[in-house]
Amino acid sequence: MGLFIEGISKAWSLIVSLDAELLAVTLLSLKISCSATLASLFIGIPAGVFLALADFPGRRFVISLVNTGMGLPPVVVGLFVTLFLWRNGPLGFLEILYTPAAMILAQAVIATPIVTGITVASIQNLPANLKLQVQALGATRLQTVWILVREARLPLLAAVMAGFGGVISEVGASIMVGGNIMGQTRVLTTATVMETGKGNFDVAIALSLILLVLAFSVNYLLTVIQQRERPR
Amino acid sequence: MNSGEPLLEVRNLNVCRGGSKVLQIPSFALHRNETVALIGPNGTGKSSFLLALAGLLPLKTGEIFFMQKAVVPGFSSTEYRRNLAMVFQEPLLFDTSVADNVAVGLRLRHLGRREIDERVKSCLDRFRIAHLADRSARKLSGGESQRTSLARAFATNPEIILLDEPFVALDPPARQALSDDLERVLRESGTAAILTTHDQVDALRLADRMVVMQQGSIVQSGTPLAVNNQPVNEFVATFVGMENIFTGIVKKADNGLFSVAVFDRTMEIMGDGAPSESVVICIRPEHVVISLTNPESTTSVRNIFSGTVSKVVQLGLFTKIYLDCGFSLVASITNQSLDTLELKPGRPVFASFKATAVHVFRKG
Repeated sequence: MGLFIEGISKAWSLIVSLDAELLAVTLLSLKISCSATLASLFIGIPAGVFLALADFPGRRFVISLVNTGMGLPPVVVGLFVTLFLWRNGPLGFLEILYTPAAMILAQAVIATPIVTGITVASIQNLPANLKLQVQALGATRLQTVWILVREARLPLLAAVMAGFGGVISEVGASIMVGGNIMGQTRVLTTATVMETGKGNFDVAIALSLILLVLAFSVNYLLTVIQQRERPR
Repeated sequence: MNSGEPLLEVRNLNVCRGGSKVLQIPSFALHRNETVALIGPNGTGKSSFLLALAGLLPLKTGEIFFMQKAVVPGFSSTEYRRNLAMVFQEPLLFDTSVADNVAVGLRLRHLGRREIDERVKSCLDRFRIAHLADRSARKLSGGESQRTSLARAFATNPEIILLDEPFVALDPPARQALSDDLERVLRESGTAAILTTHDQVDALRLADRMVVMQQGSIVQSGTPLAVNNQPVNEFVATFVGMENIFTGIVKKADNGLFSVAVFDRTMEIMGDGAPSESVVICIRPEHVVISLTNPESTTSVRNIFSGTVSKVVQLGLFTKIYLDCGFSLVASITNQSLDTLELKPGRPVFASFKATAVHVFRKG
């Protein structure tokens, strides 16, 4: 218990003193996870809309794969992204292993199925005849998709939250493809693992608290937007 | 009403859904200013027919012509659909204000802001929802929602409007009020319309023509009066409320009048019948007259049967009297007549109907 209180106290002093290293790690975490979430939205929302609206053989199988991907273990993603980015791997020529770019890639791989899966569910939860109604109003194919996405915007915000939540908190993939290099690829989760390993529980607690506050702040912001839009 | 070239025409239309055939329509036409009511039981293909006409359901075979041009390749799908509007059973409003909902179709057509504002205002006025313009569409009552849906459909000034049971989810007062307004807007705008409904009253009020569908096919098309009084088969007769339907054998025909043996009674009917022919005869309940004394000496009716009242069912503005005359006969009378005649189960009465009130078709 004493250790815990000591940790909280140390965390507080690190936070209020705006410790440079802590600030750098926090900003990098935010940058990597926001970039990965953004990338997953660019891929996941169109893919989810397509899967929800298109009719093709094997569609259910693909949706099952996406749903399975929503629970993809980060270490498995880390392993495969490492193999792809390894010097001799298919993407080795990019030379981005152990850089923030590799971490963004790995985190995007984790977040994309989450965003895709929630997008599929959001679009499919719209009233059954809404697509026909939009088309009956004279919408082109692109206009139809745009209106349906706009109608599903509240559940789609949940996709953003789930995607961001999934990547800001993951550690396995980040450590494997980023290497936890100080000043380059060290983020809140990987630093927490390292400090705990070293027995620096006070620093680890400080890092954890910042991670929790960060995750809460982003989700709170999105929740406020979502709930403000929701009719009462 | 049906003069000139049809606005919309269908030839040899076949539609399949989920592997089974849901529509077989050899021909159908809709003319300018015409309102057609599609009636039929649930699952008979009315909604599928509307979706196929709206270009929202792929055709297995057949062609749709709009203003004498084949829809494919005469029009691209979107170009064709922009001549039509469709209102579904549920209002299917977007999560925005009432005015924005009404403007959606206009924005999709990239009209100018001023024109959009004018048309939206006009449509809100026509459906008496101008006071709701800024309200969220999620905060409307059922009637207000369906009014918004109708205003949204009419805002694009469609040539044809397809209405898929638009009143089905409304309570009777809202239904009546909206039906009145729709009738007025259809008359003022001259928009051709196809309306699916279960309700005979809606069909009679709004439609110039009634089309009865059974298992994906059109079985009868005609004026509402003709369909109601001269159904072509037992299915239509039952559906339009001909509760007195009997099978009989023609005994003799004489000078435009023939008699038919029904159970152990004889009915006289106006028309031509061949002796020994099997026929189905239908009498609308409102054409059956009930009296307490035998009216034989005081009336010209050809069919008078004595019997007793077996059941009295009050249905709001009128009452149904079920009679046992050796066969079951249903009469529909006003509540005032019910009071005057003091009808109750077991009371002996005379039921009569004119030879001209009987509709006959050949069995099979």
